[in-house]
Amino acid sequence: MASTETTKPSGAGRDETSSEDSPEQRSGNDLAGLEAGLDALESPTATRTPLGRVLLGKAVPPLVAVALVIVLWQLAYSLNLKEDYQLPSPLQVGDAIRDLWLKGTLLDFVWTSVSRGLLGFVVAIAIGTPLGLLVAKVRFVRAAIGPILTGLQSLPSVAWVPAAIIWFGLTDSMIYAVVLLGAVPSIANGLVSGIDQVPPLYLRAGRVIGATGFAGVRHVLLPAALPGYLAGLKQGWAFSWRSLMAAEIIAHSPDLGAGLGQLLENGRTYQDMSMVLSAILLILVVGIAIDLLVFAPLERRVLRSRGLLVNR
Amino acid sequence: MSTTLLSTPADEQVEAGYAARISHVSKSFGRAGRQQLVLDDISVDVAPGEFVTLLGASGCGKSTLLNLVAGLDKPTSGTIDVPGGRAALMFQEHALFPWLTAGRNIELALKMRGLPKSERRQEAERLLELVRLGGAHGKRVHELSGGMRQRVALARALAQDSRLLLMDEPFAALDAITRDVLHEELTRVWSETKVSVLFVTHNVREAVRLAQRVVLLSSRPGRVAREWRVDIPQPRRIEDAAVANLSIEITEQLRGEIRRHGQH
Repeated sequence: MASTETTKPSGAGRDETSSEDSPEQRSGNDLAGLEAGLDALESPTATRTPLGRVLLGKAVPPLVAVALVIVLWQLAYSLNLKEDYQLPSPLQVGDAIRDLWLKGTLLDFVWTSVSRGLLGFVVAIAIGTPLGLLVAKVRFVRAAIGPILTGLQSLPSVAWVPAAIIWFGLTDSMIYAVVLLGAVPSIANGLVSGIDQVPPLYLRAGRVIGATGFAGVRHVLLPAALPGYLAGLKQGWAFSWRSLMAAEIIAHSPDLGAGLGQLLENGRTYQDMSMVLSAILLILVVGIAIDLLVFAPLERRVLRSRGLLVNR
Repeated sequence: MSTTLLSTPADEQVEAGYAARISHVSKSFGRAGRQQLVLDDISVDVAPGEFVTLLGASGCGKSTLLNLVAGLDKPTSGTIDVPGGRAALMFQEHALFPWLTAGRNIELALKMRGLPKSERRQEAERLLELVRLGGAHGKRVHELSGGMRQRVALARALAQDSRLLLMDEPFAALDAITRDVLHEELTRVWSETKVSVLFVTHNVREAVRLAQRVVLLSSRPGRVAREWRVDIPQPRRIEDAAVANLSIEITEQLRGEIRRHGQH
């Protein structure tokens, strides 16, 4: 919240004197002018940093870090710390990725995984949101499944893979089952903690203006819980993506489209470390890209509109 | 102007002869056996268009009483009647929703009251004009100063179109200059809208500055200790001699009430 100067009222014995010359002159205009002056004096002034400086401050440091990692990597390669087949050079990995691109299969691998991840994520939202609402608002449901939901969040989703294979066989359903089991608990838990952190004052204010029942949920509770919910979604996406990779690495079948996890597993079977590292890099890049392109702007927008974003 | 909309609750008020009737209200908290009595047999009427302040030290249950009148809680015994339905309530904190702009906050209250969408924007603008925040419709809550936020909160409370406005120390967190201006503003809005006000405060001068009637509550449990009719003509100033004189008298009584608690 923006800071406003506040003084504690000192109650009865307060001495408030005015230096005004003509106390009779209390016209409305006078008050309007006074008020306009106060408003102007007290309104917080916000300045935005120019775009160029923002880019410089935000884009340069990570680029430097990446460059440093590549240099160290190249150094480790040049010093022959490991055999070449165990540690290829950055250039060899770059070549492997370029080969995939030239063969035209790179985007297939990426898209197979990303589309699975996103579809699973969207379904997870559709299940996790009402579930979270139910857990947050219905005491019995919270007592019954709240702890289980929290526990599920710490269960590595790779643990579901064998079970899912037995249930669904080596099919897309099996992959989606694992993604959902990984993502739904985080999304639901995010909403629960978002709702728990809503200041009770907002709920009272909502009730006073008549926003009760469904209208209260729609117009007060959910928007108030949005920052926590968004954090849950972000984590939910991370869990979807991780679960998906776990499922893809383990589940191999010609019937399944080949995603990045399968690419990674192929690299291991062929003992092709360049392919393994390429796959790892691609998985990482997709994760970062989704966060940067989807969640970061969304989060910034929500926080800024509420005055919760401190310029960093 | 939405005079047609205003007329219905007002008519009900006139018919009943009061804007709020609190009769023999008691409230206790806690489990059976270890109950604590907070309000004891309170009876206060607010006439249509009247401005009443409830004055008391901490622990007199004044906020509890307002919550009861607002319908946020139920009295343990006694009845509260607000003809024309729900009362509007303003808190010490502005309680505006930070995910909405100032104007949208008001429009949400209008929507909840059932005003059709096509009229909401215009009505919100009118209410913002009323509190002299004409250009602030698109402003975010955090972009407004403390005084402006309370004025938007006042506009939102008025948007409920209730004929009874409950105010729970709404200016307590403001600095003295802003509070002074808002006193003037509230007096003006009150006389323009003819809304009935039940205003809770622990500030004696504020109570006298604003009200037609001051009701002093004793503490633990809250009881009506005494009432004063304030005949000083508006517009008043908090530093007016007449305001000061009555404040001194009321303060003496208030101190007496507080002193009693140190004696046992």
